[in-house]
Amino acid sequence: MIELVHKPHERNLVAWARNRPDVLVLSGDLTGSTEIQLFKDTYPERFFSMGMAEQNMLSWAGGLAREGFVPFLHTFSVFLYRRPLDQLEMSVCYPNLPVRLIGFLPGLNTPGGVTHQAINDLGVLRAIPNLTILETGDATDVETVLDLTEEIPGPIYVRMLRGDVARLFPANERIRLNNARVVREGDDLALITSGHCTSEAMRATAALARRGVAIRHLHVSTLKPFSDPLVEETIAVSGRGVITMENHLVTGGLGSAVAEMMAEKGIGGPLYRMGIRDTYAQGASFPYLLRKHGIDAKALVDKVGTILGKNFRLTEDDLRVATVPVFPPSLVDERQGSERLEAL
Amino acid sequence: MDTEGSGRRTVTSSPPGRSNTWPDQARRMAREIRRRVLELTLGRDGCYLSQALSSAEILATLYTRSARLGPSLGPAVPPAFSGVPGQAGVSHGHGAAYNGPRGSDYDRLLISPAHYAVAVYAALVSTGRMSPEALDQFNTDGSKLEMIGAEHSPGFELTTGSFGQALSQAGGIAMANSLRGSSGRFFVFMSDGELEEGQTWEALQCLGHYRIDSVVVCVDVNGMQYDGATSEVMNIEPIESRITGFGGIAVSVDGHDVEAIDRAIQQTPHEGRPLVILCYTDSARGMPMLNARKPKLHFVRFRNDSEREHARAVAENWARTA
Repeated sequence: MIELVHKPHERNLVAWARNRPDVLVLSGDLTGSTEIQLFKDTYPERFFSMGMAEQNMLSWAGGLAREGFVPFLHTFSVFLYRRPLDQLEMSVCYPNLPVRLIGFLPGLNTPGGVTHQAINDLGVLRAIPNLTILETGDATDVETVLDLTEEIPGPIYVRMLRGDVARLFPANERIRLNNARVVREGDDLALITSGHCTSEAMRATAALARRGVAIRHLHVSTLKPFSDPLVEETIAVSGRGVITMENHLVTGGLGSAVAEMMAEKGIGGPLYRMGIRDTYAQGASFPYLLRKHGIDAKALVDKVGTILGKNFRLTEDDLRVATVPVFPPSLVDERQGSERLEAL
Repeated sequence: MDTEGSGRRTVTSSPPGRSNTWPDQARRMAREIRRRVLELTLGRDGCYLSQALSSAEILATLYTRSARLGPSLGPAVPPAFSGVPGQAGVSHGHGAAYNGPRGSDYDRLLISPAHYAVAVYAALVSTGRMSPEALDQFNTDGSKLEMIGAEHSPGFELTTGSFGQALSQAGGIAMANSLRGSSGRFFVFMSDGELEEGQTWEALQCLGHYRIDSVVVCVDVNGMQYDGATSEVMNIEPIESRITGFGGIAVSVDGHDVEAIDRAIQQTPHEGRPLVILCYTDSARGMPMLNARKPKLHFVRFRNDSEREHARAVAENWARTA
């Protein structure tokens, strides 16, 4: 059975920062919702409440970083790039400062509605020089991404997961810069996913394997830079084509990055991009929104069927018996009821 | 050379027979700032002249008297633009070398309105921190002396052409130094138009919240912005009570009176609060011919031979009295 890790970031951040006195945490008035209450309790002298004033927070962090500190900004993804974009660019990214933007509730993974849904963060941020972009997809990614930040001297944006997070990858196989994980081998199709979509895809590919469809599945956690030889090689030998699936618009994110690589290298067959298609979304449960916007396990099964000209007759139950949770337990677990309300 | 005790640094020397008190030096320096920017305005057929006319005494006071700045560490003639931060070997903020070394013995001077770059370059020349011939590079391709400066430009530490971001960055810098237990003040030179930016008030709110009193802001309140008078474009008064309401201490002074500026900086009690000196100025100071153009003085280009002749005469007069 799959392991669920409770608040991996909250515990990891505190342990990781213990012997790193230059690490500061800045909160945008979402301390409980971004899992930094334990940091605040443990290192109160390194925790700074910045209130609901994100423009100031971004520039202030730039000032701290200029003096040798490493500020970790914690708030919802939307409030790191949408509201204070100019400050992010001119006070942080142009000077190439070691500011770490820990963005929670990426994509549709929020009950908060359109104002809280970071559905174009990758599209906006991939166009910013000096910025590195990472996305976590499981508990191992979450637990090891802070180590990875130490390899990167400039600013970093992280799409972070919270609450009960499934462990999809061995705890000792840490996230690596510009290195995709091979989730499954196969010759029929190539599938490249990121973030939460990786667990959705794993349920689909497991069921499809039982129908004789062999898919090579990569989990990508570095969106910028995007030059992983493994991704390139996978695209080049991709059989009937390449599918990308992401918790983001199809423009500007993973699908766009893959398309750029295919075009520039002249590799691969058709590309099928699964993601939100040029629309904002409404406030609703994560499973509902994934279904509506066609980025869940069922949508992937349907897409593969269309590409291969087959009807797999897979039911919801078929997709449920795989090795990964159907939905993030944070949205079905009773214990998370209060957290959902807190996020609003 | 430090002529009047700690923290009272003067840089220029004077010929015999000339008063060498710091106010006289600062006033001469202000005249030189105006003259050099006026000469560039003539030579380049247009420049940010009014900003230099309004801010000359503020910059002169900060550079000669109020801020403890060590000798410049920058080359007298700046080398060509070497790349943006993040490219091989290029670090952030290296324009600050012209404001001297860092350390507990020194203050820092952070320029917020990057459109004042030419006035800052002229101030560096007039304080001997940069060679006069460096100004030949001004606004030429490949030079660091850009028209709207950034953190590689002499005298600059931050990239602040998008207004209202320097004060927040200064807050982070001041907080960092406080965490490390180092002293020294952080002077932020601002323009009054930046008071229209919401971020300025977020920054003041935060400086007040964290009781950061090592930040001293000098605002050039010239009452002008691109579209015209601030009172018409977007009212910012009453500035004093607004700043007080957001947690700062505000003092209004005649921004052309170097002694009043320094007195306000040195003698205003502001424990636990950022200090904001509102320097009320005239953007046509020394060139009454520009009064007729008010309130459209954002970028000055002389329009005909008669104007140019008059401007040349003003520049020559300033050169004689330097």
